[in-house]
Amino acid sequence: MKTFLTTTAVALALAGAASAEGKLTIYHWFEYIPQELLDKFSAEYDVEVTMDTYDSNEALLAALKAGRLGSYDVAVPGDYMVKILGDEGMLDTFTPEEMPNLGNIEDQWMDVDFDPGRKSSIPYQWGSTSFSVNTEMYDGPRDSLGLIFEPPAELAGKINVLDTSGETLTLASMYAGIPQCTSDRDQLKALNALVQGAKDSWASFGSDVAKDVLVSGDAAAGMIWSGFSAKARSEGAPVEYVFPKEGMIVWMDNVVLLKDAPNRENALKFMNFLLEPENAAAVTNYAQYTAGVKGVGEFLDPEVATSPESNPPADVKGVFVQACPEEVQVMYDAIWTELKK
Amino acid sequence: MAGAAPQGASRSEVYRGNGPRLMLPTWVFIGIFLVLPVGLMAIYSFLTKEFRGGVIWEFTWAAYDQFFLDRGLFGDEPPSIEWTYIGIFWRSIWQAGLATVLCLLIGFPTAWFIATREASARPVWLFLVTIPYWVNLLIRTVSMKFLIRDNGPLNEFLLWTGVISDPLSLINTNFAVQLGLFYSYLPFMVLPIYSAVERYDFALSEAAADLYSDNWTTLRLVILPVVKPGIVAGCILVFVPSLGAFLAPDLLGGAKTFMIGSLIEEQFKGAAGNWPFGAAAAMILLSIVMAVLLLHARAQSKEAS
Amino acid sequence: MARHTDLRRFTGFRGLTILCLVLLYAPLVIVAVYSFNDSASITRWGGFSGKWYVDVFTGPESPKFRQAAVNSFVIAIGAATCATIIATAAAVAMHRTGRFRGKGASIALINLPLMVPEIVTAVASLIFFITIGFTTGLLTIFIAHLVFCIPFAYLPISARMQSVPDMYEQAAMDLYATPWEAFRLVLLPLMIPGILSGFLLAFIISLDDFLITNFVKGAGIETLPTAIFGSVKQGIKPNIMAISTLLLGVSVVFVTLSWLIGRAGQSRT
Repeated sequence: MKTFLTTTAVALALAGAASAEGKLTIYHWFEYIPQELLDKFSAEYDVEVTMDTYDSNEALLAALKAGRLGSYDVAVPGDYMVKILGDEGMLDTFTPEEMPNLGNIEDQWMDVDFDPGRKSSIPYQWGSTSFSVNTEMYDGPRDSLGLIFEPPAELAGKINVLDTSGETLTLASMYAGIPQCTSDRDQLKALNALVQGAKDSWASFGSDVAKDVLVSGDAAAGMIWSGFSAKARSEGAPVEYVFPKEGMIVWMDNVVLLKDAPNRENALKFMNFLLEPENAAAVTNYAQYTAGVKGVGEFLDPEVATSPESNPPADVKGVFVQACPEEVQVMYDAIWTELKK
Repeated sequence: MAGAAPQGASRSEVYRGNGPRLMLPTWVFIGIFLVLPVGLMAIYSFLTKEFRGGVIWEFTWAAYDQFFLDRGLFGDEPPSIEWTYIGIFWRSIWQAGLATVLCLLIGFPTAWFIATREASARPVWLFLVTIPYWVNLLIRTVSMKFLIRDNGPLNEFLLWTGVISDPLSLINTNFAVQLGLFYSYLPFMVLPIYSAVERYDFALSEAAADLYSDNWTTLRLVILPVVKPGIVAGCILVFVPSLGAFLAPDLLGGAKTFMIGSLIEEQFKGAAGNWPFGAAAAMILLSIVMAVLLLHARAQSKEAS
Repeated sequence: MARHTDLRRFTGFRGLTILCLVLLYAPLVIVAVYSFNDSASITRWGGFSGKWYVDVFTGPESPKFRQAAVNSFVIAIGAATCATIIATAAAVAMHRTGRFRGKGASIALINLPLMVPEIVTAVASLIFFITIGFTTGLLTIFIAHLVFCIPFAYLPISARMQSVPDMYEQAAMDLYATPWEAFRLVLLPLMIPGILSGFLLAFIISLDDFLITNFVKGAGIETLPTAIFGSVKQGIKPNIMAISTLLLGVSVVFVTLSWLIGRAGQSRT
C-alpha cells in the first residue's frame, strides 16, 4: 500500500506541478475577460494561464484570507477592495520600470486614493451599479431606486438583488439618503428597516445570476452592473438599465499584483499587456464597461462605445463605495446577516 | 446492507495479533485528517475573530455569546436571548424533519411494495430506486431547479393541461428548498427500510390475521414495530444530511434565507468573515447531530438487551 | 383456512411507489430530453439536435470542463483505491483477528466520516490546512476525499467478509500457509465482489462531492461538480444539461456494474 500511496502522491504532484515555469494564475471576476485575450497572452509570452473566478469583492477577500494568498499572481478587486487588500498587506508593489505601459493610464485614473501613484495596481475597467428592468414584464415608471427598495406590488417576488453586502447596502443607503459608513444609530436602524421591509418582495439574492434572471424572465427587475446589463441587451433581451434619480454606484476594477505571487514576472507581463490599448479594448468589447487606458477608442466596437449603459446622462450622481472602519463595518455585517436570516 | 451473517465470523481469529497493525492506516488517516481538524475547529470557536477573516490566538466566549445572546444592533444593550441564529437552526431542523417525514410517507410504501414483489422481480425494482441514489446530487438539484422554474417544463405542462392559468411561483421559496431536500434524500429512506421489510417474517402477519386483525391494524401493531430499526436508520440517513444541506437552499431557495449550511459557509467564503463564529455554529450543528445519533445508539442497545 | 385478503397488499402502495419513481426520475429525464434541444434558449423547444454534446467536447468551455473531468477522475480513482485498501485492512482487523484493544473505538472511528455533517468536515478541513500552512490544491482534495471514502468502501467489504466463513483460511493455515498467504491466496479471491463494490461506491461518492471539495480546493483547480456549480450559478445553459446527462450515463453504467458484480458474488457463495 505504501508504494501505491507514494505513486498516487507523485501522480498528484505531477498533475499539480506543471506549475514550475511559464505559468500565470489569475483570480478574476466571472464572465469578464474574453478567453481569446487570455489565449493571445498565452501565445505571445508562452505562458500557461489558469483562471479562477469569484462573484464579489468580499468573496475575493475571503478566499485570499483562507489560504489562497500565495497561489494567485493577480486579482481584479474593485476600488475599495484595493484599499482593503493594501491595508491587509496582501499586495506587492512594482516600480514604473517594471511596467513600461504605465503611461497609457488615463490621467484621471493615475493618482487614485485607493492606490496613490499606482504602485500595486493598474486600472482595468470602470462602470456603475444600479438596476435594470425587463420591459416586457414591467413597463411602469422607472427612475428611482424605490423600484428595488420600496417596490410596487406588481414587482413583488420578481426582484433579484446582488448577493454582496457592500453594493446592496450602499445603494439602499443612497435611496434612504443615509451617508456611507455612518455610525449614527437612527440612520442604521432606518437602513435596517428599509431592507427588511423590501426583502419580502425580493425573489433571490444572486450576483452571478443577475443577467440570466432578467433575460430568462425569472425576475422583472434586478440590481446589476452596467456592462452586465448591456450584455443582456445585446443578447436580445428587453432589458433596460436605469440611472436612478437618487444616484448610482460608480466603481473601478483594478488588476493588482498580489503578495507572494508565485509567478511575479509573468504577472507583470500580464498587467503590462492589459495596458495596451488594443487589449484593454478587447475586454471592453466583451464586458461592455469602460477601459481606463488612453487610446482605446479606435479598437472599440461602435455599439459598445456608444452604449447607453456606459454613457450615463450628465446629471446622474455617481459615488464610490467606501471601505468602512471595523467598528462601523460590524454593524453593516449585522444588518446583512439579519437580512438573510 | 450487511446480510444475516453467521455470528461466529466476526469472532474469527485467523490473523490473531494483527488487529492493531491492520487498523493503523484507518486510525492515521481518519485521526489526522478528521478528528484532529474537528478538534482544531473546536479550539477556533473559542478564539478571537480577526476583522475580515482569520483569527487571533486569544481565547474568548465571543462566538458563542454572539450566537446565543442579543446585545442589540450596536452591542451595548442588556443581553437577551438572540433568536436570529437559534431561529436559523430551528428552521433547518424543522425543514430537515419535515423532509424526513415526507420521505418516510413515500419511502415506506415504496420499500414495502418492492420487498413484497416476486423474488425475481425485486432486483429490477431495487435497481430503479438505486440509480438516482448514485446520480450526482448537484446534478439532481440543478435538474429540479430547471423543472420548477417559473417558465420551466412543470409550469408549461400545467398551463398546457389547463390545471392552472398562471405559472406557479415555486423557485426561490421555502417550499422549493423543502422539495429539494425531500427529492435529494428520498432513496436514502427506501433502501434501509427495504432491507428490514425483506427480512420480515409473514408468519407474524398470518398470526395477526388469525386473530381477526385487518391489514392496516397489522401494519400499525405488528409490522411497524418489527421493521422499526430500518425506519429509524432511514430517518437518520435523511435527517442528518438535510440538516447541513447547502445545495438545496442555495440553488432552489435563491440564497435568500440562511440554513445552517449556508450560514456557516458565509462565515468563511462570504462577506461576514467571522471564522470563530462559523466554527462555533459548526460545533453546535455537530453537537445536535451527535446527540441524535447517541440517542439512537442508546435506544438500539436497550432494545438489544 | 382460505384467506380472503392478501397480507402483503395495501391499497395505495403501488400508486405511491409509482409516484416515488416518477418524482425521482422526472427531473433527470426532462433534463436529458432538453439536452437534445436545438434552441439556445433552454426552455423553448427548437427541435432535436446533438449540438450541445459537440459543444461539450469542442466548445469554448470544453478545456475547462475537460480539465475538471480529469481532476475529478484522478481524485476519485486515487481516493477510492486508497480507501479500498485501507478499508480492506480494517475489515480483516474487525472480522478476522479476534479481540484487541481499541476495537470498539475503531468501529466508531471508521463510521465517523458518515456521522459528521459534510459542512462541518469541510470547515474543519479548511481550518486544519490553513493552520498547518498546507497550500490547498489537488492534494488537499485527494486527502479529504480519501477520508470520507473509507467508510463507504468499508460497508460492502465488511458485509462480504462477514458472510465468508473462515474455514478455508484455517484449512490453508493447517497446511502451513503463512497468514499473508492465506489472506492473499484464499480470502482475497473470495472477497473480490465486496472489494469491487466498495471501490465503486467510494468512487461514486468521491465523484459526487461538492461541498468539501469547494472548501479545500486550491487556486486554479476545479472538479466537475465545482465547475458545474460555478457555471450553473450564472444560469442553466444547454451545455450544462448535456454534461449532466453524460454524468448521468456514467452513474448508470457504474450502478449497473456494481449490480452485476453483486449478483455474480451472490451466485458464487
